[in-house]
Amino acid sequence: MSQIVIANRLRDGLVVFLGNEKQWVVQVQDCSPASDETHAAELLAVAEAAEANQEIVGASLIEVEMREGVLTPIKMREAIRALGPTIRKDLGKQAGN
Amino acid sequence: MYRYDEFDQALVTQRAKQFARQVERRLAGELTEDQFLPLRLKNGLYLQLHAYMLRINVPYGVLSSRQLRKLAHIARTYDKDYGHWTTRQNMQFNWIRLEDMPEILLELASVEMHGIQSSGNCIRNTTADEYAGVAADEVEDPRVYCEIIRQWSSLHPEFSYLPRKFKIAVTGSDNDRAAVKVHDIGLRLYRNEAGEAGFEVFVGGGLGRTPFVGESIRAFLPTRDLLSYCEAILRIYNQLGRRDNKYKARIKILVHEMGLDEFGRQVEEEWERIREGALTLPDEEIERIRTHFEPPPYESLPAESAAYLAKRTQNQDFATWADQQLADHKQPGYAIVNVSCTPIGRAPGDISSGQMEVMADLADRFSFGELRVTHNQNLVLTDVRQEDVFTLWEALISAGLATANHGLISDTICCPGLDYCSLANARSIPLAEKLSARVADTSRQQEIGEIYVNMSGCINACGHHHVGNIGIVGVDKKNSELYQLMLGGSAEADASLGKILGPGFDEDGIIDAIERIVDAYVSLREDGERFIETYRRLGPAPFKEAAYDGTTQGR
Amino acid sequence: MALLKGGKSVDDAWQRIDGDEVLPETGPVVVDLSRWQQDRESLIARADAVGVRLQSDDDPESLAGDLDHLTLIALDFPGFKDGRAYSSARVLRERHAFKGELRAVGDVLLEHLLFMHRCGFDAFEIQSDDPERDWQIAVDDFDVWYQPTADGRPTALQRRSS
Ligand code: SF4
Repeated sequence: MSQIVIANRLRDGLVVFLGNEKQWVVQVQDCSPASDETHAAELLAVAEAAEANQEIVGASLIEVEMREGVLTPIKMREAIRALGPTIRKDLGKQAGN
Repeated sequence: MYRYDEFDQALVTQRAKQFARQVERRLAGELTEDQFLPLRLKNGLYLQLHAYMLRINVPYGVLSSRQLRKLAHIARTYDKDYGHWTTRQNMQFNWIRLEDMPEILLELASVEMHGIQSSGNCIRNTTADEYAGVAADEVEDPRVYCEIIRQWSSLHPEFSYLPRKFKIAVTGSDNDRAAVKVHDIGLRLYRNEAGEAGFEVFVGGGLGRTPFVGESIRAFLPTRDLLSYCEAILRIYNQLGRRDNKYKARIKILVHEMGLDEFGRQVEEEWERIREGALTLPDEEIERIRTHFEPPPYESLPAESAAYLAKRTQNQDFATWADQQLADHKQPGYAIVNVSCTPIGRAPGDISSGQMEVMADLADRFSFGELRVTHNQNLVLTDVRQEDVFTLWEALISAGLATANHGLISDTICCPGLDYCSLANARSIPLAEKLSARVADTSRQQEIGEIYVNMSGCINACGHHHVGNIGIVGVDKKNSELYQLMLGGSAEADASLGKILGPGFDEDGIIDAIERIVDAYVSLREDGERFIETYRRLGPAPFKEAAYDGTTQGR
Repeated sequence: MALLKGGKSVDDAWQRIDGDEVLPETGPVVVDLSRWQQDRESLIARADAVGVRLQSDDDPESLAGDLDHLTLIALDFPGFKDGRAYSSARVLRERHAFKGELRAVGDVLLEHLLFMHRCGFDAFEIQSDDPERDWQIAVDDFDVWYQPTADGRPTALQRRSS
């Protein structure tokens, strides 16, 4: 099961992702998921440290999968966070803003 | 409208500075997110799916052109060039940065605005009839008392950590446009047989997970006792309201569990102790506030403008729009103009910075610089000379604000849903867009007539689905969106809660079902009967049959 | 935990007695409501001052007849979001004219001091490195109030009409 961490940046609220690179990235495609529970737990630990350090808030592990070559969160809620509002394709990550 | 004096202004400015400090403390790690959360909520700042969301109070829906220009400026400078009118007459911005908040709050304070208590477990923005002050059927102006409540509830030291949020609404007409019976406290302003102004007080109404229609707890409350009575209710609620379960924490549950009589007895007992105290409103203060709501300098005009009537006959589109969007004004020669922010196929209540500026200019030109925000997420220009309506309409067309759907099926009430809201189960905006696109044609909508469709993305009911004639609520079923349909709700004086019709539908299925229900209504209605009346006469059976007719939907 | 009173950090002379703990021979003590109700007579007979600590779901009315015997009432905030003690404080100060110390205990932070003070608290067990600085920040936040309470701060209405 592939997992990444999703969170909001504290300062601006922007949705960010954390993968095996241990770097917070803005586009979900820029991270590679943890493929086992041990790695996932590592990610969560990094996220908790970042939370304690006022970098991010609301971190949680989510499941992702490749859909047509694109890394996509499985839950619709997180998929919408990874892209932007479905009714405003001109906004959010899907529009690169 | 009410203008701040030095005290009101000082408080709002001080609050902006206080929050700047709290943000600083949060960023420096002196406050944890847990500790910071209630502080930011009490300033209207949520963390939603994509970013922070800021909710700005529009007190009882009354807005000046200057304030609206400031909102446009904030949308353009700090957000993504648009805002959203909420079902509680407020404005929301969806893409706010925490670090910009100190600046934004100072900008708002400069035009007498803020987000104080627009969220959190405290007394929220008091709402009122959107036609307050101008409606032909009005008995008393509710805004005076809304403003009195606004001041009393702002930074109330005792009631800032209530069991749950607390909402008050006031209506000054028998035709309740403020849905007072679905509020924690609902106030109906009227004159008793002696000609004295006072309130009938309703308590314990509300939507959400466990909807209730509020019940009358006091038949007549003199206006001077408004605050002591509210304080008594709030004190009982703060002390006894449930805190063990947030779904049972609203006052409606307390009233329900205690029983209305016992709750009322305790309120009266507490009120007796404090009613002659410092909260009693002096006549001079009521008068001081009333002077802010004096009618604007109307011209004496004939009841009907010949120019307006001529334009109506010359231009069918104009007449169609005017039929739908205009309401009767108490002043001869003037009209109340509803401006739809729910265009066909677009998100209900969204408005761009450019449109905000157009509306501000039009308010200055045609309506004494004032606007209203409505609970169905539209705007109103309350004081337009009939002879100006045509010019106004032309300007609205260029701004994309001339949709003629007031009170019609496409004028849906709709919460942000899963496109923005972190609590949502399902999206709601796409449904509103699809439904309105399906029934786009105005003449068809007018033929269907008055019908309120309300949609929420979850049981929290921000889209007031229980009081829609047709209500829709999103539920989450195995990671796919499912929608439940309810019929028979109404937010008017004879408020009623809708009942779930049967199994849920998917996105397209529910649009089809609504269309079949509407067709059934059109074929079943008697002369002049509105949807809600037909429903009340016939009950759910024929509509249920129509909704599930020949469909594999409704699993 | 520091005790803040009158804007100053002060020593806390009171001993807190949990449940049925044995009372010290001398010195002021704060007991739970149930202990007060159980040992009321002997507590009143003590030479030193006695206080009662109310949980947030204790009814302040249960002390209404005893206020003359009490020098201190501590009101507990089990979490700062539990706001019942704000009402309890006003009931004690305003309805029953309690003149002793009203102490806020539990989850008490800078951000709550001012509202607590407005409701009648005059002592605070606060979690802070610098309680006096916190107090100064908190009371400087606002100088305008709409609500009349027993704290003596004039309301906007009173200032408007003066
Ligand atoms: S009803 Fe639910 S989905 Fe809609 S705005 Fe409210 S909380 Fe969010």
